Amino acid sequence: MKKVLVLGATSAIAQATVRLLAARGASLYLTGRNAANLDAVTKDAATRGAAKVASQVVDLNDFDTHEALVEAAYTALDGLDGVVLAHGVLGDQAEAQRSWAATEAVLRTNFLSAVSLLTVLANRFEAQKAGTLVVISSVAGDRGRQSNYVYGASKGALNVFLQGLRNRLAKSNVAVVTVKPGFVDTPMTAHLPKNKLFASPEKVARGLLSAADSRKNEVYVPGIWALIMLIIRTIPETVFKRMKL
Amino acid sequence: MKPPESWGRYPQVEQQTHALVWRTDALPRRDGSLLPHGLGRSYGDSCLNAGGTLLLTSGLDRFIAFDPATGVVRCEAGVSLDTILRLAAPRGWFLPVTPGTKFVTVGGAIANDVHGKNHHRSGTFGRYVRRFELLRSDGSRRVCAPDEHPDWYGATIGGLGLTGLITWAEVQLTPISNPYVLQETVPFGNLDGFLDVARASEKDYAFTMAWVDCLARGKKLGRGLLYRGNFAPPQFDGLPLARSHLSHGVGLAVPMDMPAFCLNRLSVSAFNWLYYHRQNGKPKQRLTHYDPFFYPLDAIYAWNRIYGRRGFLQFQCVVPYATARDALKEILERSSRGGLPSFLSVLKTFGDIPSPGWLSFPREGVTLAMDFANRGEKTWKLVEDLDLLTRQAGGAVYPAKDARMSPENFAAYFPQRERFIQYVDPSFSSSFWRRVNPVSLPFSLAAGRGETASPPPRSLLAIR
Repeated sequence: MKKVLVLGATSAIAQATVRLLAARGASLYLTGRNAANLDAVTKDAATRGAAKVASQVVDLNDFDTHEALVEAAYTALDGLDGVVLAHGVLGDQAEAQRSWAATEAVLRTNFLSAVSLLTVLANRFEAQKAGTLVVISSVAGDRGRQSNYVYGASKGALNVFLQGLRNRLAKSNVAVVTVKPGFVDTPMTAHLPKNKLFASPEKVARGLLSAADSRKNEVYVPGIWALIMLIIRTIPETVFKRMKL
Repeated sequence: MKPPESWGRYPQVEQQTHALVWRTDALPRRDGSLLPHGLGRSYGDSCLNAGGTLLLTSGLDRFIAFDPATGVVRCEAGVSLDTILRLAAPRGWFLPVTPGTKFVTVGGAIANDVHGKNHHRSGTFGRYVRRFELLRSDGSRRVCAPDEHPDWYGATIGGLGLTGLITWAEVQLTPISNPYVLQETVPFGNLDGFLDVARASEKDYAFTMAWVDCLARGKKLGRGLLYRGNFAPPQFDGLPLARSHLSHGVGLAVPMDMPAFCLNRLSVSAFNWLYYHRQNGKPKQRLTHYDPFFYPLDAIYAWNRIYGRRGFLQFQCVVPYATARDALKEILERSSRGGLPSFLSVLKTFGDIPSPGWLSFPREGVTLAMDFANRGEKTWKLVEDLDLLTRQAGGAVYPAKDARMSPENFAAYFPQRERFIQYVDPSFSSSFWRRVNPVSLPFSLAAGRGETASPPPRSLLAIR
């Protein structure tokens, strides 16, 4: 990936990924909602060696902007060969259970906005017969649990969409990489008590890029989560529904 | 994440933390006081805030600009010196001043106005800070520079993080033509030998510092090895060096707290004897990468764990040349007699370049740094004695390394204390600051020297 669009570039995992890409001398087009924060990430990337950095303040929940955004990225970098889709919200499960509006907000950001963007990007990449689409999903999408099934559903739906997209684009030389981080120590999880399973955003970013480089399909980062989720998926539903997860 | 502690791992305190994420964010509202905390390399309690909140700055780790033509780097305050070197050294720029570890933040380097092996030539880190932004708890932001809010500039450099949060800083780096140092090691037989060779080396060598065998006594008191060097000239450009010298990675680690019996008089004195005699008494020259020259201990991850769970007390003083010979002799003798081995003892001459901070520690004279494993009351008493000797010699003790200096000694060492106090942010404080500035002063500042110092806290006595 030499010319990369990073969506949600101010998230912790995206920032760590941007640094690695910048150090490789990639050209970057970054988006974020907060102008000051996006400016901080943009300057950091430029200083760390990115060949070129452009950015746009945009709320990706505004689907009408997506076409123009992708067009702007293509123009600014003179083409695109990579996308890192990193925007997302954790939401509040209890709030989502009380309110459809809260549930819809999570689905809108994590699933619908991603689908809208990927629809535009997939067509571009399919036409140019090249490119890598990296999407940050979550282990939470592997199985619904009472503690965060709304978030999990948004990621699970995303995973299925990506499977189909991968299947469609395989013949066009376009890689679709689903990255499933476990617990990551970021501002999104700042309120949670930390344990040994929490990985740093830097570690996740390294795993993400190595998966992108080797055009993997679905990866768990860190790798231990492949095992953990295998076990969790294997538990029969009759047992699972009684568990406190 | 591990709860924050200081590098000496003493004292251990209860405190809240708040991780800072963006430099434009407001400070959090908390009940207790706030204190910026970077990588926790201060040894004592100046980076701790018992009962308050630590503002963790390691998330403020973004660069803002770097100009490879001028060597000016602007970055957030949580960027480490290691990160700056990775960016700048391959482009021909080095830190103008660096302490013995690169795992400190820019904010911490300013707040402690750190010094390095080149103090006699370049002064302190603060002299190369062109400007920085100071965020106060009232929400105000000031860009401080020698010619812009110079009072806030002087108060904040060396100001121990108490004047507010430094959000970003701009530092002037220094040019190098390659990453190599031409280093020479010169043995000296005693303290007089050190003073002679150190003074004589200042003219031709940008970097000097000496390791001292602080268990040697009598005529050999203060014997050791002086390291001096300069960055290699352009004819060494592109020279291949062993890979181990080029890696930034961490080679060794101390995997656990070492049991107390590993460090005793016998083991330290055996190590010192071997280390000193490795030289055969002759000067030795070699070419080395800057990494092992400036940061030998960074190669051993978490080396502070060799002192075990009880941690250690570090003592660093500076004494003026007029009294240096006698005072250092007495200090070395006292610690050698004390039966408490100091594993790492370092001597260095400070030049006469003034430090920009009101509370900056470096001043002209000779500085001596020693580590003492925490053996409770005995250690406390010894370090207390060394402190008294320093004060009598007209010297000063370094707050960044201190966990026990008394309020009266602090006031004696830092005569600009009264002026500084007016610039302390009302919402900022530290364990160190409360210790050296108790609400009601238990002494008169005019009182004579040599008053008895406050007794060690119960916690220290209890861990004997």
